[in-house]
Amino acid sequence: MPALADIIAADRQVEHHAPWPRAVVAPKAWNLAVEQLAAGRWSLLGLWGEPDKVHMALLDEAQTIGVISMDCRGGRYPSVGQHHSPALRLERAAADLFGLAPQGLPDSRRWLDHGQWGVSHPLAARPGGPAVASSYRFLTAEGEGLHQIPVGPVHAGIIEPGHFRFTAGGETVVRLEERLGYVHKGIEGLMQGASIDRAAKLAGRTSGDSTVAYSLAFARAVEAALGIAPPPRAIWLRALMAELERLANHLGDIGAICNDAAFAIMHAHCGVLRERVLRAADAAFGHRLMRDRILPGGTAGDLNEAGADAIRSLVAEIRRRFPHLVELYDNTASLQDRTVATGRLKGELARQYAAGGYVGRASGRDFDARRVPGYAPYDELAFDVPVLQEGDVNARVWIRVREVEQSLSLVEQILGRLPAGPTLVEVAALEGAREGMALVEGFRGDILVWLRIGEDGLIERCHLRDPSWFQWPLLEAAIEGNIVADFPLCNKSFNCSYSGHDL
Amino acid sequence: MISQLAVQGAQMLVVLLLAPLLIGFVRKVKARLVRRQGPSVIQPYRDLVRLMRKEVVLADNASWLFRVTPYLIFAATWVAAALVPTFATGLEFSWTADLIVIVALLGSARFFQALAGMDVGTSFGGIGASREVMIASLAEPAMLLIVFSLALVAGATQLSTVAAFMGSPEVGLRVSLGMSLIALVMVAIAENARIPVDNPATHLELTMVHEAMILEYSGRHLAMIELATFLKLLLYMSLIACVFLPWGLYGASAGPKALAVGAAAYLCKLAVLAIVLAVFETAVAKMRVFRVPDFLGAALMLALLGTLLLFVSRSL
Repeated sequence: MPALADIIAADRQVEHHAPWPRAVVAPKAWNLAVEQLAAGRWSLLGLWGEPDKVHMALLDEAQTIGVISMDCRGGRYPSVGQHHSPALRLERAAADLFGLAPQGLPDSRRWLDHGQWGVSHPLAARPGGPAVASSYRFLTAEGEGLHQIPVGPVHAGIIEPGHFRFTAGGETVVRLEERLGYVHKGIEGLMQGASIDRAAKLAGRTSGDSTVAYSLAFARAVEAALGIAPPPRAIWLRALMAELERLANHLGDIGAICNDAAFAIMHAHCGVLRERVLRAADAAFGHRLMRDRILPGGTAGDLNEAGADAIRSLVAEIRRRFPHLVELYDNTASLQDRTVATGRLKGELARQYAAGGYVGRASGRDFDARRVPGYAPYDELAFDVPVLQEGDVNARVWIRVREVEQSLSLVEQILGRLPAGPTLVEVAALEGAREGMALVEGFRGDILVWLRIGEDGLIERCHLRDPSWFQWPLLEAAIEGNIVADFPLCNKSFNCSYSGHDL
Repeated sequence: MISQLAVQGAQMLVVLLLAPLLIGFVRKVKARLVRRQGPSVIQPYRDLVRLMRKEVVLADNASWLFRVTPYLIFAATWVAAALVPTFATGLEFSWTADLIVIVALLGSARFFQALAGMDVGTSFGGIGASREVMIASLAEPAMLLIVFSLALVAGATQLSTVAAFMGSPEVGLRVSLGMSLIALVMVAIAENARIPVDNPATHLELTMVHEAMILEYSGRHLAMIELATFLKLLLYMSLIACVFLPWGLYGASAGPKALAVGAAAYLCKLAVLAIVLAVFETAVAKMRVFRVPDFLGAALMLALLGTLLLFVSRSL
């Protein structure tokens, strides 16, 4: 059984790829890696294209990360998705953007391209003419008394657009198929040729609720590529922002899940706490969602004493009020009746899809990018990664509850040990093309950023992989056999990003 | 005769005008309970006026039934609501104020609503109609059993008589009436699409029952249906108030002073019931759709038990 490191060492290793190695491999090694994925020994971290190449980021059993690439002659490469389904949508997206043709891909329908772009394969070396608009063939389910329920892309609430096609037998969901791509913004196209400053702004706008995590992942990838060490104070301030973002989102989610079971009081109280987090972030960093506060090379602005006090009193308030809300959640039988055993996601599926965040951890997948591969300053901080086995809506709520508690403790630790000093160093381009990547734990799960900086210091190619890529397909699996009316609850407990996924 | 008619007319107008205020009040209390400011209590009136002014958008394949249904629902519900004694009993039309008539009127309204829900052929209309009928198939028998046990106690199904009997000292403390009250409250919650059976404030299409059926309605049609929904809540609250809290109810011929006392008492009862409803809705989550039959089954069993107990105690 080969290790990822052996495969990479055996082939043409790419220079200037940090912090993990990348190798251009032959089809044989590529297929070997696909076998390991299909056997469930390795996890897929991402798959993305370039006009004449395809890359795949992998995590092997020894928790080693590496990238293998293949030159695609005539735009063809052996499909990963035919053996390892988590790669399906990534391959379809790469096919839409770059015109790469995975050989043997069982699902050749377009994914991000809805025939509305006026051009096909916009990022390929030679983009094609407008794609012919054709109706999307949804997968079929046959049986007596089955009916289809189309939902979206425009929903009744103020949420992002996405289409859900249910096939139901009475109230029971037989099959759910998602159709996404409605909020495709062309971020990867905009990134090409962008300066690092502009690209950092673009990365921070990929998914609004994870703007800190995205900025952090992008900044870390740039720093890895250019070999820059940000000042210690900046590293700690970034972690502080990341934990505040996690707090705000988890608090919002806990309330919103309860609200979907018509339990509005939880929503109201959690909404108040989330608002407090945002206000403290505003007081401390000058932006409620802390957008554009993290830059390659450090942070924009510093935390002053008043800001630190605002965060300290925030932590004290949440510590005082949150336990009562948890108690309310746990003691409301009518609410527990809705969340327990609803939308159960099997552990094998969570592992197969390498689902990050609360989706994976509620189904027994013990993975947190803050621990493995790990990054500063988390190696110096004490925190637990909660893991549950049940995989239902209730478990996903509890993971969030536990993570709120962990984040509170992390915020306190960071504030207590914040080193002094500058917060930004200059980012200077190096000679020759440089490649870097980063894996950062956002509130949803691990965000992967891979980029190449050209000789002119501009971004040549940047790929951002949202955790939702591996969570959306699992939602389809989790809802199967549940009733239609429980879908909003399951969906909210997954809370996948539309924007981050559609790019 | 004229004054009798005037009082009856006043009753019909009162229910029509009061119904949006009641909803507005419930919403306000609910908003305050979750620490929100909430819209003004007269917001439902504004909504109705706005809807009346708006143009009606009809699906291409909507049939005449779809257009007629809102008026049918409104008419049936209004008549039913106006029959329940509110501030006075023994009104001009009280001979028609029969519990079975009220159940039948509401049943017809629902029948047309379910048909209209399926008329346009959208999947949500179908889901809503099927869920509504599932709920109705349990709520209506429960309601009829409640009517029977009241009739057995009071010796009539006419509401004025029932109310007069319930207000008299001979009613005493009866277990079966207690069971009927609980069953009636449960049926009222289901019939009015309140939490935990349905969520009147939800935006989630997939969880709706009542709202799913009327998703395709707009403009004055929607206004009619909304007003009918408001009236239905008022109807059930009036029914509970008139049968189980019959204090301050006088005959229509009792004179203006007594009528004024009756009106004040009625408003107080409504306010109390509205607050209880709001508190209850805030404290529970919505139940799974397939739990509703359990919930209504319990109502049915309670009502049945109430009726049986009456027979048993009679024969002893």
